[in-house]
Order: sequence, then C-alpha cells, then structure tokens
Amino acid sequence: MKGYIGIDIGSISTKGVIINEDEKIIASSYLWTEGNPVLAVKKVLKELRQQIDEEIINIVAVGTTGSARKLIGTMLGATVIKNEITAHAIGTLSLHKDVRTIIEIGGQDSKIILLEDGVVTDYAMNTLCAAGTGSFLSSQAKRLGIRVEDFGEIALTSKHPTNIAARCTVFAESDLVHKLQMGYSQKDIIAGLCNSVAQNYLNNVAKGKKLESPIIFQGGVSKNIGVKTAFEKILNEKVITDENGHLMGALGCAILAMKKNVERPFSFNVSNSDFETKAVECKGCPNHCEVIVVKKDGEKLDSWGNRCDKGSYFK
Amino acid sequence: MKEIIAFPHLGSYCHPIKRLLKNTTNQKVMDTPQITKKTINMGSKYSPDSVCVPFKYNLGNYIEALEQGATVLIQAGGGCRYRYYAEVQETILRDLGYEFKFIQIIGKSHLRLNEIYKLLKKLNPKLKKRKLIHELITTFFYIKYLDKIEELIRERIGFEEKKNSFIKLKNNFLKEADKTKGFLSLKRCFFKYKRKIKKVKINKPKNCIKVGIIGELYTAMEPFSTYELEKMLASYHVEIKRFTNLTYLLWKKALFAPYIKWKSKRYCKYKLGADGLDNVYRTLWLSKHKFDGIIHTKPTGCTPEIGAIPIIMRVAKEKKMPIIFLSFDEQTSNEGLKTRIEAFYDLLSIRKEEENERIHRN
Repeated sequence: MKGYIGIDIGSISTKGVIINEDEKIIASSYLWTEGNPVLAVKKVLKELRQQIDEEIINIVAVGTTGSARKLIGTMLGATVIKNEITAHAIGTLSLHKDVRTIIEIGGQDSKIILLEDGVVTDYAMNTLCAAGTGSFLSSQAKRLGIRVEDFGEIALTSKHPTNIAARCTVFAESDLVHKLQMGYSQKDIIAGLCNSVAQNYLNNVAKGKKLESPIIFQGGVSKNIGVKTAFEKILNEKVITDENGHLMGALGCAILAMKKNVERPFSFNVSNSDFETKAVECKGCPNHCEVIVVKKDGEKLDSWGNRCDKGSYFK
Repeated sequence: MKEIIAFPHLGSYCHPIKRLLKNTTNQKVMDTPQITKKTINMGSKYSPDSVCVPFKYNLGNYIEALEQGATVLIQAGGGCRYRYYAEVQETILRDLGYEFKFIQIIGKSHLRLNEIYKLLKKLNPKLKKRKLIHELITTFFYIKYLDKIEELIRERIGFEEKKNSFIKLKNNFLKEADKTKGFLSLKRCFFKYKRKIKKVKINKPKNCIKVGIIGELYTAMEPFSTYELEKMLASYHVEIKRFTNLTYLLWKKALFAPYIKWKSKRYCKYKLGADGLDNVYRTLWLSKHKFDGIIHTKPTGCTPEIGAIPIIMRVAKEKKMPIIFLSFDEQTSNEGLKTRIEAFYDLLSIRKEEENERIHRN
C-alpha cells in the first residue's frame, strides 16, 4: 500500500502525518520545534515510523509546509513544498467539504481563509503585529504564573470578564498589569485576555471580511476553549474545532503530494543522516545577501537566499 | 570646478534623466550607486522612523552619492508627503555635515518650463531655452519609449523560453539609447528593439493568468523596494499589467484625471490625493477587462493609499475580484512575501481551472 508523508514545521510546533490513498490519517505526530526544525523533524519521523508497519506501507512522496518548509523539503527530498494557506485549505476541505471560513491562530501568525464551493476566494494574514497570537498568550500565562494549557478552563469559570485593550500587545500588557494591580480576580482577567485575542483577530486579520458559517477554528490557540467561546459570543455563530485541527496543514500537503503523482523513493533512515545548515554572507556586491547552504553528510544539497546568480556557487 | 550631480534611483529612469541633465547642464552627472541593503540601512538609520519607505531609500542614495563626491543633489516632489522630502532630506544631510547644493524641481504641484529653465540656469549659465526644449522633448520620448518597452516585456516575461532573454534586450536598449545623439536616432533605436522583443520566442497559453499591479508609485516603479515582486510573479508564468510609470505620472495623469473621476463617481466623490483615486479606477478597469487578480502595493504608512484601500476593497468585493494588499517597509526578508504571493497564485490558478471546466461543460 502506498503512503504519503506531510510535515508542517511551524515556529512553535512541528506536525507530521502519514496518509493512505484514501486520504485517511494512519499516523500522526505533534511536538515542539524548540528553535531547531531539523531535530524536530527527525523526532517526528521517528514517531511516525513507530506507528506504521513498514512492510505494508511504502512511502512514495513527501510534502512540506510551514515557515521552515524549504529547508525541510530540501532535506527530505519533498515533491511538494507548499505555503501554509493552500495546505490548510486543502487539508480542511478533505474533512469538511462545506467549510466557508477557516480561522487559524498559530504561534506567531494568524490567518483567515474564506472559501466558496470548495475554492479559496480570499485570505489574509496578520501583517505587522503579533498581538493575539499564541506567543502572546503564553507570555501572559508566564506573567500570571499559570500553564497556558489551563487558560481555557479557567476562563470559562469567569462570570464577568474584564475589558482588556485589544488593539496592541503592548497596550494589552500594560492594561493587564493595571487591572491586576486594581485587584481584579485572576479568572476574570484570563477571560478578558481570551476575549481580547478574539477581538483583536476580528479587528486586524478579518478586517472588512464577512465570516460565513460553517466556521472552523484551527491552530494551537484553538485548543484554548476560552478563545473559542469568545469567538462564538462575538460572532453569534457556532465555531467548530476539530480534535485534529492542528494537523490540517500537514494533512493538506500530504494530499497535495499524493495528487501531484510524482513518486520519489523515501527512506526513514534519512533521520540518521547528519544535516548541517550554514549561513554565508556573499561579498559579491554591497547587498551582502545571506546565502543558506544545506549539507547532508558533508555534501551540498542546495542553497538559496541569493538575489543574483553569484551566490549559488558557495560550498 | 565642475559640479557632480546626483539624483535618487527609480527603476531604470536614471538613464533618461541622466541624459537630460548631462546635455543641458554640461556638468558631470554621477551614476548613483545601485540600491542595496547597505543603502536602505544607511537611509533608515538617519530617517525619522515613521516616515514612508521611499524617503529612506532616497536618503540612502544621497548619502552614498555624497560619499562618492557628489556636489549637487536633485529631488522632485508630488501630491503627498513626497513634497516635504526635499526640505527634510536637505536638513538631515546638512546636520550630518555634508556640503552640497540641493535642488527641488517640482516644488509646486505643476511642472513649469520656466521654473526648470531657471533652476538649470543656475547650474549652467549658458543654457539656451531652445536647447532645453529640445532636450526635454527628447527625454520625454525616451521615457515614453522605455515605458513602452517595459510594458511589452511585462506581457511576455513570464513565458520566455530562454531565461533572461528579455532583461538582456532591455539592457541593450538602454545602452544603445544612451548613445544616440538626436531624437530620430532614438526613435530608430526604439523600433529596432520593439521588433526584437516581439520576435523573442515565448510559450504563452491563450488563457494565461493575468494580474494587475496597482498602488503607490515608488513601490510600483522601484523593483528593489518590493523585493522584485514582478520577477517573482514572472516565475509563476503570469502576465503582468502595471499602470504607474513616469509616462503616466508626467502627462497622462493630468489628461485623464477628469475622466477617471467621472468613471469612479459611484465610489468616490472627491480626489484621494496622490494616486488614490487612480487606483480605484484601475480596480474597475481590471475587473472590466477580465483580469484574474489584483496586487496592491504600498509603503507602510502611505496616507493616500490607506484612504483608498477601503474603497478598493468594496469595489473588489462587488466585482468579485481577488485582491491582496502588501505593505513594504525597510526590513529585507522576503519569506513572508513569498508565502503570500504563492498562496495568491494558488487561489488564482484554482479559480481559473474551475472556470475553464465550467466553459468545457457548457
């Protein structure tokens, strides 16, 4: 039987899936990137390997997405290297055929994808500010001394969420400190934070767009039930979260790899190889392009980052 | 002593402008160093942080030129913050301790012959008005021809069979046109290259994806400031239409202004400043001419465009036109841009496929 691997390497977490020919997930893995995408992918591959029987399933293609897609794609010899937006849309469509709106809030970026009849019609990503993303929530959790995983449950217990300025991370933070000093209870503040994340998203990312239902909420922050209820309250619509919501990007690029019909031999032993990445500054002109060179066991695989052809000769 | 004149970069327009200045002033005109990361780093170091990005690029250009010995700097002006560029930049450069002459050519909203004459007379007291008129006409035609060549290239570059064949032709055209003496030889040169461009083999499908670029003028015309957006689009085999060029700004804009206002009267009652209203009209034009998508570029904090965006959004929504808005600042990482453009391309190509299937079915 043929199998396809999809890997989504985000800033915070790395997700991997193996699907069979019926687009069903047969193995999945989800762990922290911890600033080292190469190591994280090696671990993901190891976990995926344990979940399948290699004698039955033969991996024929790999797809990568996420912010480190190019590096990992080169490393694994991927046939598809896709952006997160398309991958998420394709992945979600395979499970929810009639989806109209995808809300995705991840570690450091957030996006909205609008679909109609199974086709992406519009999308937007946060542009300048990381307010209201996962990293904001986890840094505030640290300030309050609470695990970010418990945020949602605590938020639900609050009856009177406080108002927290949602426009900007810096304002939100000073507002939060102020409210703490004023003596508001912690649960009200946490509920206020969850509200402000939802409010901020709708004001900045979904600005000027009409959110039609069914609405699906994905990304790491979707695990936070407080934010989900905040969205439901503001939008007055049901918001669907999926147990596999975090895997949609990986699923999407695995499906894309399958649809591309290009097969390339893949072996799990790739995780035993030694990968080295090196940043070289090209001195060809005053632009000083930073060229990234990827090496596998001492041999050059690929390089990128150069604006002209001069940079491609680095070893 | 001969003066050395320098002016900021804007796409390939340094060629016609250099020619004009050289022939009218009899002074040395310098090739301002190409824009690189160093230029923008220097520029943003000495600029106010919240100023729009073209200011930073221009200032970086000036600093690099002054370090190479320029003594006269030239700046233009326009209908937005651009008009204050000259004064603020002059002050900043003087505070840094440089010595130079500073000339602003479009201080008011119009370009008047007498004013240009007076300004250039300062540099070259022997300048005759007849000579200036002759040179101005040649320069206008040079700019027009250059824009025409670029327009032809933009339609074809995504489909070239041999890589870089168009870029090479354009560079050769510039080289040859710089050497021409009079208007007639310039014209001959243009037609020669026009023919050559049309002969280059391209592999263009009939219903290819067509994208229009609208937005603020500097990000539209200076490829470095948008991380070579057009080149990136060409690599996806896309036909590109761009409206803003010097030909447009110098005379077409004034000519078409009443028409544009009348055409977009459903959406705008007043002018939006700079190119705001033009961009509303262009959105309408692009959807009327069956383009597949629109890319809107602006520097962060460009006030006229910020005013125009909600109107453009509404037009695009009504006409069902996919559109993305890109903001550029001095940071030079193009990963985010790549993600957005790639996703936009996917969106357009899937839409196109659906459309084609629908046509086939009927």
